[in-house]
Amino acid sequence: MTTKKPLTIAVSALNTIDSPGPGIAVIRALREAPSFDCRIIGLAYESLEPGIFMHDLVDKTYHIPYPSAGIDTLFERLEYIHEKEKLDVIIPNFDAELYPFIRLEKRLHEMGIATFLPELEQFEERHKVNLNEFGKKYGINVPKSKVYFELSELQNVGKSFDYPLLVKGKYYDAYVAYNLEQVKSYYHRIIAKWGSPVVVQEFVHGTEFNVTGLGDGHGNTIAAVPMRKQYITDKGKAWGGVSIADKKMLALTNSFISQTKWRGGFELELMKDKKGDFYLLEINPRMPAWIYLSVGVGQNIPEALVNMALGKKVEPFKDYKVGKMFVRYSWDMIVDIEEFQQISTSGEL
Amino acid sequence: MIKKNIAVSASGLIFNPDTGESFSVNPLGADIITFIKEGNGRDEVAQKVMEKYQVEKASFEKDYDDFMDLMQTYLLIENDD
Repeated sequence: MTTKKPLTIAVSALNTIDSPGPGIAVIRALREAPSFDCRIIGLAYESLEPGIFMHDLVDKTYHIPYPSAGIDTLFERLEYIHEKEKLDVIIPNFDAELYPFIRLEKRLHEMGIATFLPELEQFEERHKVNLNEFGKKYGINVPKSKVYFELSELQNVGKSFDYPLLVKGKYYDAYVAYNLEQVKSYYHRIIAKWGSPVVVQEFVHGTEFNVTGLGDGHGNTIAAVPMRKQYITDKGKAWGGVSIADKKMLALTNSFISQTKWRGGFELELMKDKKGDFYLLEINPRMPAWIYLSVGVGQNIPEALVNMALGKKVEPFKDYKVGKMFVRYSWDMIVDIEEFQQISTSGEL
Repeated sequence: MIKKNIAVSASGLIFNPDTGESFSVNPLGADIITFIKEGNGRDEVAQKVMEKYQVEKASFEKDYDDFMDLMQTYLLIENDD
């Protein structure tokens, strides 16, 4: 019989919107973890992140400052939250906040807060602006890509790439451009939202697949779940998917983990071309919004990540159910304006 | 040879676990796949189908070839080599 130890776990990315953050899916997985009970503290950037108001999943939520406010400002806020809540673990789920959390990892550990994040070098080298070098270094197929800092540099983009091509932000967003005018338009849109640079990437025709997994930091695969997207939104997000048993994808995932000695959760975005070859489009250094499928197929990745953060021995998952689907849906909650007022003014709810 | 891990439900849903693709076949298609997966050769499948569906041999042969071509196109068949 398992003794359940209550843990206080802080989770970010409560924005279950049309381009959803992974937070709520992570929390659902933690709530169903057989190895522990937990109290969930939400970390929110905006007052209308839906997870703030999901009181059956999130016990209390605190606003935290945007990464642009600086590491010390974030640390001060986390100190305040820790003083009140006595956090055991923090799981940051946004790409953009991972850098400050990685930098704060040691200070958080000294306070008694565990994390399980990639190392700074791993985080940097898998960045989409470095994907070409990453592919060469580890022998993984990646589409040709180039980083552009200035609009004027894009004038000759047609000489380096065939149309259509992809214009991507450094953290989020990707647009398919069919001519130079569209490239320029997307450049402005991305720069306004995410800042410089943009990445232009070769467009690979094919079928989209994803793998989510967990590496132990020593080159071992603790978990890996491949998924085929079945329904894709206009923002390119999977609104439905099915777990599959593609051996090539699992081999690619194991190779990625063993070579990089990846530590923490991740998602590989892959494109399979007509020849059946996989191209690695992106490596997301955190769990994806569809992570709850991992629970559905028998690999509770968020639970394993928490146990590893706490230094517990976690045995690698050996198997998972193939043919399990996730189908996402949206849901309107009714919320009292007082709750919105409270989170907006006091930063806590 | 139909891939071993291809799943066929009673309602005629085919699921390819390697690719995540799914297809629907009519009851005759589902029967043909089931007969093949049971280890029956072409002649045995023909016999079973003709018994159940009252179809002419020539008609079966043509439809069977078309069906198997389609299965090949959707990568549901693997070559013996």
